[in-house]
Order: sequence, then structure tokens, then C-alpha cells
Amino acid sequence: MVAAVVIGAGVAGLTCACELADRGVAVQVFERAEGLGDHACSWFAGGMLAPWCERESAEDIVVRLGMDSAEWWSRHSSSVRRNGSLVLAPGRDRRELSRFSRLTDHHDQIDADGIAGLEPDLAGRFNTGLFFSGESHLEPRRALADLVAYLRDRGIEIAFGREIEPGAHRADWVIDCRGYGAQDALPALRGVKGEMLVLRSPEITLSRPVRFLHPRIPLYIVPWADQRFMVGATMIENDQRSRISARSVLELLSAAYAVHPLFSEAEVVEMGVDVRPAFNDNVPKVTVHGRTVCVNGLFRHGFLLGPAMARQAADVVSGQQSGQSVAG
Amino acid sequence: MDFYGVELSNRLLLGTAQYPSPAVLAEAIRAAGVEVVTVSLRREAGGERAGQTFWDLISGSGVRVLPNTAACYSVKEAVTTAHMAREVFATDWVKLEVIGNADTLQPDPFGLVEAARILSQDGFAVFPYTTEDIVVAERLLEAGCQVLMPWGAPIGSARGLNNRYGLRTLRGHFPDVPIVVDAGIGLPSHAAHAMELGCDAVLLNTAVARAGDPVAMARAFADAVAAGRAAYLAGPIEKSDMATPSTPVVGKAFLS
Repeated sequence: MVAAVVIGAGVAGLTCACELADRGVAVQVFERAEGLGDHACSWFAGGMLAPWCERESAEDIVVRLGMDSAEWWSRHSSSVRRNGSLVLAPGRDRRELSRFSRLTDHHDQIDADGIAGLEPDLAGRFNTGLFFSGESHLEPRRALADLVAYLRDRGIEIAFGREIEPGAHRADWVIDCRGYGAQDALPALRGVKGEMLVLRSPEITLSRPVRFLHPRIPLYIVPWADQRFMVGATMIENDQRSRISARSVLELLSAAYAVHPLFSEAEVVEMGVDVRPAFNDNVPKVTVHGRTVCVNGLFRHGFLLGPAMARQAADVVSGQQSGQSVAG
Repeated sequence: MDFYGVELSNRLLLGTAQYPSPAVLAEAIRAAGVEVVTVSLRREAGGERAGQTFWDLISGSGVRVLPNTAACYSVKEAVTTAHMAREVFATDWVKLEVIGNADTLQPDPFGLVEAARILSQDGFAVFPYTTEDIVVAERLLEAGCQVLMPWGAPIGSARGLNNRYGLRTLRGHFPDVPIVVDAGIGLPSHAAHAMELGCDAVLLNTAVARAGDPVAMARAFADAVAAGRAAYLAGPIEKSDMATPSTPVVGKAFLS
């Protein structure tokens, strides 16, 4: 039996811990914060498991690594909804829809009736859209709590409030999942700021994520439980974790309003901001440094690519793969 | 080509927004041999140290940074942004945008001239984003600008050169001022048109950043700019309404 220590209880750390536990590895998880929450950028994720949509701006490998993630999540969390995703554009930005369609696949072009059939509340609002029937979504905060419960059921308690230095621990393997906090070990990491809103509206029901194409920012609305809607997310090249700007709020709210005017009556439940850890190609990497395995750079794909990264890390630990070694 | 005393050989300038990743941006810059890139301070910066990794990557590619005042709608905003950019990027160069209309993002020529005067007096090397209007251009030069950046078409519209006559007039009127066509370029052929008219350089962003393969598109634009420049220097022939045979017809032998 191999013993592994996972540092960090964001989406990377928890998916790694579950995957290792599934393979019979004795795992411990340490998290410096006192519990699940806004210390980890996955707390602010939308929860779209949308590999084909992401192809619009992501490398092909993101699609390949993300294709099976809904299946992994369904085995570990009850919050997965397999209803596909819907891509819409306002009339004057229709060329954005043709661009999106050209750069992606696994979608069907649907007309106003098709949109109304999928999302009755959007009936009459858009003439054309793209439907990605094979995609899914989940509610990130519930999914993270599900992973904690999954580990607990297997006798693994997360040591919250415990800060561990990756080099200081005596375990067979240390899985470093500290996200942007791992800059000491991974100087190539950069932060990409993201801002999001949570709205609550009892008047609107959506069954799947809606992407609203915009020439500059990919905006989306993900339905969460209790009539809440996550509206995200900006992508700004800096690493400032505070300060959601008025401009960003304006852009996010305008998008929500353009999807449905009733969003103007919604309650603003939360405004969130955090920094995504990313490498220069925006593709995550599993790197091996001695007995430490770093899982990082998940960028805006924590939930989409967490399972694939966890598998790669677990392959290293169980000796099935050497990983991409960067430092011996 | 000389911008404020700096000699440059590559006539394609690139914006740095909207790329799929910084790695793709860096590769596009390399593939096209670009020497000058524009960056938007307002969009990306947040505090002193914010976004340092991104800037390091850009400056690491060895290019000269031309900060812009994108999304500024007033003289005051533009001047403040220019000062911030000078501190952050340690350069006097600034691409001055004072936007006058939110739908077309077209320049506000009145605010532009005023901001150009203020910034020139403050020691900035101002690259004004303007229309092809020669009277506005005259005022900008009086205000201290030594480069003109007329639009081809509205920002991001990919329409090419909306007013070729106007650009040719501008070129003819200011034969010694560097002219950079900025905005509205969608295809390499648009960039080649601008160069064939005698413009000195082309600045674009969206057409490369949002292409299916940004690196290949950057290379295509570099080739088009080089071809357009070479054609201008080679002296294009005049247009004619009639066919002009390239071999003589008179005296041709009747073979059947």
C-alpha cells in the first residue's frame, strides 16, 4: 500500500484524493483553510462540463481530456445534470455564432422552436442557437462537498486548518494541488482574474448552461439549485484576487439581462472574484519533481479537467506512468 | 520606417488581446516577426504588480510595447491612462484612443487633438487613432504627433478599408509622416491594400487573435504586408478601361 499526501482541497486536490482512494491508495488531505470555501478558485467556478464548447478557445487536448469528466463526476457526486448546453448570440452579433459553430463540433444548429423546446422560458427571444447535446453541468460547491463526503465514507478525513510544506512531509508521494499558491514550486504559473455573480430569480427556469456570445468575453449562465444562477466569468490578465470592477459587473449583468429581461428583477446573491492558476498555453500539467507530483494550471477548466489530471497523478503514484518530469 | 526616432523594419504591428492563450500570442508574434505590440492598460492592469507574468511574457518576446488608451471616452480619462501606462511600461510611447461613439468606436477628433496636445507637451510620443480626415491630421501634427494612425474601418469589424480614396489623399497630403492603418482589418488582402496605397504599416488584433489558427494567420498577414509594401515600391501600373494587349496585334500573322 502506498501512502500519498494531497495538499490543497480545491477541485484539483479533491479529485486527486478521490481517484487515489478509488485505486486503494492510502490518502491524507491537508488544507490550510478552515473548510471548503472561497480560498479556492474552484469555489467560484460555473461547473460547466463542456469540452466541445471550450474548443472555441482551448487547445484540442482540452477536449480530449475533458470528454469523460461528466462520467467521473457522476460516480462521485449527485449534482451532475446531463442536459447539454445551449449557445446563443444577440441578433447583431450573429456572426459570433457562425464563428463559434465553425470552431467547434458535436453541436446542432437549432431554430426558435428548438430553443423554446429546450428552454421554454427563452421562447421567442432568439431565432437561432447551437445545442451541444452531449455536454453536462454540475453545481461546483455541492460537488466539492460531495467529494469530501465520498472521502469521509472511505475513512479519509480532510485535515482543515493545516498548512503543510510540500518538501517537509514524509510520505511516499506528495501531491501538490495548491493552485496559484504553488508559485514557489512552479514559477511559470500566472494568474488570470475571473469575476462572477450569483443571482436568484424565482421567475426564470433554465435546465442547462446558456452561453451568450460576446465579441470580447465568453459569458455564460449556469443554473444552480434553489433558483440561483451563476453568471460568469471575466478573464483578465492579472492576479489580483480582490476588487470586482464596476465594468465587469455591468458586463455580466448586461449579458444576463440580454438573455432574459426578468434577470433585472433578480436578487444579487453574491459577487465573487478570484484568480485562476494557468500556464502560458492555458493547458494543465502534471509534473513530477522527485516524490512530489504537482497538479496545476487548470485555468478555467477545474471541473472539466480535474478528473483527467487526477488520473494522470494517480498513474504516477501507482507506477503506471512517469508523468512529465521537469525536475528529476 | 521611423517612429519617433526608432527604426523598425517589420511593418505589421499586433494587438495582444483576445488570444486563446499567452503561448499562442507569443508564437504569433514570433511567427510574424513583429517588433511592436499594443497593450491595453485599462483592461488588464489592476494594481502595482498585477499581471506581471503576462507582461513579462510579452517583454520576454523582445518586442517594443505600445500601450494604448482603449475604452477611454474623454480627454481626462485618456490622459490619466497614458500617465499610468508610462509608469507601468516605462515607455513614452502611447497609442491615443479617445472614443466618440460606443457603437462604432470611432475617434472623437476634438478630444483626440486636445489629448494629443496635452500628452505631447508632457513628453509623450503620441500615436493617435484617428479618421482619415486630413484636417484632423493637420491638427494632430500641429499638436505634436509625428505618426498618424487612421482607421481602416470600425474596430473589430473586419471590413477592410472603408475609404481608400481618403487614405490615398492622406498619404498624398502627408508624404513624410508615418501612416499606420489601425482597426477594421479582417483579411491579409485588406492589409496588402493599405500597403499598396503607400501606408507605412498596419496594426491589427482581432483578425489574428480570433482566427481559427492565430499563428498561421499572423504569418499570412506578415506576408501580405511585405507583399503590399514591395508592390508599392515597385510602382504599380495605372488602371485602364480597355484591354491592353501585352503583345502587339497589328501585323499578327493570319494562320487560318
